[in-house]
Amino acid sequence: MKDDALSTTAARTHRTDSMVTPYRHCQTADDQPSLFSPVRNLIVEEKSFGPCEELRYGRFSFKGFNPEVEKLMLLMNPRDETETKDEEDVSRMQTDVTDEEMALRYESLVESMKKKFAKKRERAAPEEEEDVNHNAVETTTKRKFLKPQD
Amino acid sequence: MFSGLKDKVGEVLLPGDEFSLETDDTISLTERVKPEKVVCGPGLRRSGDRLLVCKSGVLRHKQPNMFWMDSQQRRYVPAKGETVIGIVTVKSGDVFKVDFGGSEQASLSYLAFEGATKRNRPNVQVGDLVFSQFVVANRDMEPELVCVDSSGRANGMGVFGGGGLLFTVSLGLARRLLSPHSDVLSDLQTLFPCELVVGMNGRLWVKSSSVQQTLVIANLLQSCDTMTAPQRQELFRRAAQGAL
Repeated sequence: MKDDALSTTAARTHRTDSMVTPYRHCQTADDQPSLFSPVRNLIVEEKSFGPCEELRYGRFSFKGFNPEVEKLMLLMNPRDETETKDEEDVSRMQTDVTDEEMALRYESLVESMKKKFAKKRERAAPEEEEDVNHNAVETTTKRKFLKPQD
Repeated sequence: MFSGLKDKVGEVLLPGDEFSLETDDTISLTERVKPEKVVCGPGLRRSGDRLLVCKSGVLRHKQPNMFWMDSQQRRYVPAKGETVIGIVTVKSGDVFKVDFGGSEQASLSYLAFEGATKRNRPNVQVGDLVFSQFVVANRDMEPELVCVDSSGRANGMGVFGGGGLLFTVSLGLARRLLSPHSDVLSDLQTLFPCELVVGMNGRLWVKSSSVQQTLVIANLLQSCDTMTAPQRQELFRRAAQGAL
């Protein structure tokens, strides 16, 4: 049963987007099961063949007749699962930094930051040698200005 | 209902056959019975508590819970999300009227093209072929088309084709050409270099390097609709050899 006066004449006249929005996304059904029926949520209606048969993109080009359409064919059609998995693995390997690399980087970073804030005299001094007994090493004290003695 | 439907998969059903919500004879006391969701595709309708068949054909099934009727027809009924080939018939102000072979013409707004603004209007003339998809398509409202997807990209939609030939075939053949592992398409691939646009309203557009090749492909596609697979392969082989 159709609501002739309301829906069809409204549909024929020129409408702006704002007038149409209330009805835009709802599908009308003439037999609504009762509100308390469990079936209402069980059956979903799908009007198009596209999702049922998994139809592909509608433009084709064969033997390189139109290169742009061939590119579109690759882009738009759903890619195979195995292909996408391999691509993911490869990209992850290239961008991830392993733990060892991270530790090495961090070590050298600490060194260079220490050097940056060291005074000129300390920076120029050569590296200390490893002392097995860990004896106390004498540190150079900063030289102060000596007043001339009379 | 789910088991009843599953039994009939692959059988020929007629309009009027119905599937009702089954009540199990044995109700298990240990676990809660969860009702299963069923997605009914074209050819099946929900009517009250039952699922009715409204087109005669073969019942098909796809995992996990999708059922639909595979039937043959030539008249196209618009459905949301389907891509079709339309012909622009009227250009009035902000809206184009497009004929797609349905009961009325669809409207296509001039802003529904990629990169179109009020100042920068798309170059669409009366008589142009447009490859577009439905955004509104139900029986109570005028159908609306757009040549752009939800993120604003064209994805190959819009005006196409200089030259080439537009012809109609049955909806079943158009769907067979678009299905994932299509035999007809793989036969066609080996024939000539050509460009093909398939609309789900049964319209095909073909362009090849010469007029004769275009006509050969158009005739092949129109005639292979009602052929069996061996007959079709024989026909394609003869065309490849240059006999046609």
